[in-house]
Amino acid sequence: MTGAQSLVRSLEAVGCEVVFGIPGGTILPAYDPLLDSTKVRHILVRHEQGAGHAATGYAQATGKVGVCMATSGPGATNLVTPIADANMDSVPIVAITGQQSRPLIGTDAFQEADICGITMPITKHNVLVTDPADIPRAIAEAFHIASTGRPGPVLVDIPKDVLQEQTSFSWPPEMRLPGYRPTTRPHGKQVREAAKLIVAASKPVLYVGGGVIKADAHAELLLLAEESGIPVVTTLMARGAFPDSHEQHMGMPGMHGTVGAVAAMQKSDLLIALGARFDDRVTGQLNSFAPDAQIIHADIDPAEISKNRRADVPIVGDCKEIITELIDALRTERETATKVDLAPWWATLNSIRETFPLGYDWPEDGTLSPQYAIERIGVLSPADTIYTAGVGQHQMWAAQFVKYEHPRTWINSGGLGTMGFAVPAAMGIKAGEPGRTVWAIDGDGCFQMTNQELATCAIEGLPVKIAVINNGNLGMVRQWQTLFYGERYSNTDLGTHKHRIPDFKLLAEALGCAGLRAESREEVDEVIGKALEINDRPVVVDFVVGKDAQVWPMVAAGTGNSEIMAARGIRPLFDEDL
Amino acid sequence: MTRHTLSVLVEDKPGVLARVAGLFSRRGFNIESLAVGRTEYPDISRMTIVVSVDELPLEQVTKQLNKLINVIKIVELEPSASVQRQLVLIKVRADATVRSQVLETVQLFRAKVVDVSPEAVTIEATGTSEKLDALLRMLEPYGLREIVQSGMVAIGRGARSITATAVR
Repeated sequence: MTGAQSLVRSLEAVGCEVVFGIPGGTILPAYDPLLDSTKVRHILVRHEQGAGHAATGYAQATGKVGVCMATSGPGATNLVTPIADANMDSVPIVAITGQQSRPLIGTDAFQEADICGITMPITKHNVLVTDPADIPRAIAEAFHIASTGRPGPVLVDIPKDVLQEQTSFSWPPEMRLPGYRPTTRPHGKQVREAAKLIVAASKPVLYVGGGVIKADAHAELLLLAEESGIPVVTTLMARGAFPDSHEQHMGMPGMHGTVGAVAAMQKSDLLIALGARFDDRVTGQLNSFAPDAQIIHADIDPAEISKNRRADVPIVGDCKEIITELIDALRTERETATKVDLAPWWATLNSIRETFPLGYDWPEDGTLSPQYAIERIGVLSPADTIYTAGVGQHQMWAAQFVKYEHPRTWINSGGLGTMGFAVPAAMGIKAGEPGRTVWAIDGDGCFQMTNQELATCAIEGLPVKIAVINNGNLGMVRQWQTLFYGERYSNTDLGTHKHRIPDFKLLAEALGCAGLRAESREEVDEVIGKALEINDRPVVVDFVVGKDAQVWPMVAAGTGNSEIMAARGIRPLFDEDL
Repeated sequence: MTRHTLSVLVEDKPGVLARVAGLFSRRGFNIESLAVGRTEYPDISRMTIVVSVDELPLEQVTKQLNKLINVIKIVELEPSASVQRQLVLIKVRADATVRSQVLETVQLFRAKVVDVSPEAVTIEATGTSEKLDALLRMLEPYGLREIVQSGMVAIGRGARSITATAVR
């Protein structure tokens, strides 16, 4: 068989069900046997960036490895953004790219790009396959590396003549990865040390990150939280890891987190970080973050521990195993330790969250409130709905005002902050979870970056639902201009309102979708109801909202978390002791 | 900032040097010296990397290096518990009037002359970077025409082998 046939056989053998991609000159040989595969479905996207984000959406929703495919040169470089995105958010995807034939590599041949060199800093690993006999091993290793340890993107670059050459296929291939041994079992002594600190703490907080979802450790987390009575905060990447309806949930921490969650961390004497990485959007100014807290840091990636904040007890391992062992260690520890009463801690936290609940004001100019539209989508949609978002104000509101009860129901671009993520990610989510409702909460700026994938969704039978929170502006940038640049609005007005260009309703219809619009409070429930009823094609709802709504609370960039503003000018934790 | 010598065992694969070097530059570290060569195992290469960096950032960069799939093992070699050597070739101006003084310096440092011409001699010397610096200082007054220096290589003292434990 050919190298190309070996590639398709390998993808089938490794369990790949869906590939998002676009063919081109050098990857063409691989597309020929792909036509005959009954196990691998190929979804022809409109732009390679869409293929990459779709692979990410698919992976985040299903827990499986997402796969995207592109040709050499521009096809491969168009994958750079989604690969960087997957790298920042630790998403297991495998990108397969065609490459110029071996004799042409390094000659600046047509559509040649050194994609291994380009993606070196943004992949977990990448490899150029130079012998067709290596294809099965390269694919097996790529899937293994992408999905184990701290997950991440792996790129496999295959020259055209390697795909065309004759070779033999055998499965399973022998993997040769002497330098790759991720630690999953935590060190027992470290877990016992952590348990000692936890039973002695009077103001502990469980600081839950995306690693808990990736490790499928939500059930263990719930048990740990309930047995210990410790308050929980879930980061942007961890929304859904712990039910929002749970009384121990203080909400999301960080730049646009709840006052309750931010206060809990600032006042804590012990942070138990589980699969979280002390990102600057969570910690604010690092030297004033959680000043009195000792740190237990559990993560599968040893390089995350003590990277930003020194850990008093480091635990390297898989979150599911760590939490399971921690529950046992705590039970043992509680038999002898004197019980610390968490009631005063809860009294403090309850008083803060009652005083500063999440909320929003209706715009004074009578326009539709974007938060209301998003909140209603969450209320009216089925319980197992999966949400995704672009990046900006609408993303923060979607994280705040949709209530998440289950893991893998909130999928967004956290680390890289990739505008345009929502539509292609929704496409990938729907491909992985065809039976569930998928809502992309998008902004009008983001939507105009990647909406061409709606044509793919319409043709491929992926009826996603897109809510364009259309404020006519690059809303988050505009918010910063309002707050920090003296209301000088340089290049943030997209003209979507002024000129209705594009008309999102008409654009949706042109792309084979149903187009709906809501401009007032009264219309919101009605259009959401209509959108939920349409399941034979994608739906785009143009929510025309006011441009002045802002995301609150907010910790301004470069300031400490204690300076969190509940609303403009209101700093509840600053200079006063609540 | 203190100077650290890292021995990094890597798979002998294309691009591995770029991965390691890229990681250092990306995280803002300047490599002072780098040497790459074979080991007693055909598919394992050894890099000796010298960096000047504080303890905490060094720990971070070591952890990041360990995440590279092609990196097998990293050992920091303490100067007191290892033998560290660099090689330098020095072309120094040495006509008949000063040649004997230059040769005297060469002998003092247990270096050797590997090429000679009427105006210059080329000297080969090995040693720690401190010794080689001292030699260069001594030769400078005569006129250094050209210098080429290898990266530092280092090996732990005693019978233990870091490669043997890495491949087990």
